[in-house]
Amino acid sequence: MQSLTGRSRIVVNKKMNFMEKLYLPAVMGGLMITIRHLFRRKVTVSYPEQTRPFSPVYRGMHVLKRDENGAERCTACGLCAVACPAEAITMEAAERKKGEERLYREEKYAKVYEINMLRCIFCGLCEEACPKESIFLTNRITPADYKRENFVYGKDRLVEPFDPSKRVDVSERQTTQVKEFKKHKEYTHNRLF
Amino acid sequence: MPKVTIDGHSIEVPEGTTILQAARMIGGEIVPPAMCYYSSLKGSGGYCRTCIVRVAQGSAKDPRPMPKPVASCRTPVMDGMVVENITSPEVLEARKGVVEFLLINHPLDCPVCDQAGECDLQNLSFAHGTEKTRYEFPRRTFEKKDIGNYIKLHMTRCILCYRCVKVADQITDERVHGVMNRGDVAEISTYIEKAVENDFSGNMIDVCPVGALTDRTYRFKSRVWFLNPMDAHRDCKKCSGKAVLWMHGEEIYRVTARKDQNAEVKEFICNECRYDKKDVKQWVVEGPRHIDRTSVISANHYEDLNSLKHAIGEQQKKLQEKITQKTSGI
Repeated sequence: MQSLTGRSRIVVNKKMNFMEKLYLPAVMGGLMITIRHLFRRKVTVSYPEQTRPFSPVYRGMHVLKRDENGAERCTACGLCAVACPAEAITMEAAERKKGEERLYREEKYAKVYEINMLRCIFCGLCEEACPKESIFLTNRITPADYKRENFVYGKDRLVEPFDPSKRVDVSERQTTQVKEFKKHKEYTHNRLF
Repeated sequence: MPKVTIDGHSIEVPEGTTILQAARMIGGEIVPPAMCYYSSLKGSGGYCRTCIVRVAQGSAKDPRPMPKPVASCRTPVMDGMVVENITSPEVLEARKGVVEFLLINHPLDCPVCDQAGECDLQNLSFAHGTEKTRYEFPRRTFEKKDIGNYIKLHMTRCILCYRCVKVADQITDERVHGVMNRGDVAEISTYIEKAVENDFSGNMIDVCPVGALTDRTYRFKSRVWFLNPMDAHRDCKKCSGKAVLWMHGEEIYRVTARKDQNAEVKEFICNECRYDKKDVKQWVVEGPRHIDRTSVISANHYEDLNSLKHAIGEQQKKLQEKITQKTSGI
């Protein structure tokens, strides 16, 4: 069959002559290629000292946001889990008790929230399904690890820090249309009671 | 027998049948939605106004149209009556307004609510409502209440359909459940903090069209679309014992009565079946319950496993044939 790209070579069992059997020209040729590449621009960066610029809408490690008062936004509604095509998200809900209003935004919250980063395909459908603006994908990379169980991320690694200066900024992920939408008075019906 | 025409479908019905009942006899998409009417509860209906229809011709004797849309659950049919439901843009517009009114004080906390996914109001607003509200003022709020050990009352979600009151009145022995106050501050209440302790009180959860009355034993355990509804029955001295088990693996998360195509329970179940029998061994499982394809619960819910296995087998066979054809060709 003819190759479509035309780049494949047909292998022939030709006898090598003396010069070819020496291998020296071939070795020199190979070395020349190596030396040539030494003076070229490097294609890699030495991560993590150096990082490449990320797009603001890069889909990396998830974050569970807190609201402006520091309460967790997630209400364990399960819409991210049902939207997830890779079945990577599981959660367990619990009821907020009196006095926990500063910790959890609504009367139900996720007691356990786990994302299996090995299953996750970083498609961003969870972000899209979330009705509470709780889960976002960020431009952080999920680090490599030696053990599979370390890739199941719980709330300890997903929820952003309480300290306001250490919060994860996702404002750039929101388009101007979304920001405009939020200003409408008619859409404020989903606020807190 | 009076003959009535609803959206072009004619049917002869017994004397005294309401328009809504006649439409349900015809079935299909011409059935008006109903939030408060419940065929098995006497005196229900007439509160929510979602079932309004236009009567284009009052009867054969008096063919004048009725001046305003009428509540189909409370209007008996007359011979030669012509009713317009989905064919009348006026009705659809009016229904949209009704939905907007029902949603004025509804908190729309569906992500928290246990009823989400099987909520009549959710379906209704999805079908008829607009996605935004024109109401900008604070909504009425109430404290959450426990009605007995098994039922949680979220008065903020209530649309005052009075179905639960009718259940307490007609199905249970003593009435300990009612509506206090009027208008904006009307509130479902148990009579002087008396807990609901009769054997059929759990049916209030099933008749509630919204998430105002929910099962405390199921509270926040899971979401309905993650569970597998299975038809099951058991020998029960108090009720028919026919129920739906909402299962996850071998575990029963909750038990409800069976709802028909109009989201109505025909055979109410007792509290013992509902709350105390959470072990599969206590039930005879008949098989997966039929779930409408438009429902979110139908996601990953396979009703006919044998035909599914058969279909997969056929596909695999076809694929295998293709592969053998290809390899033999080369």
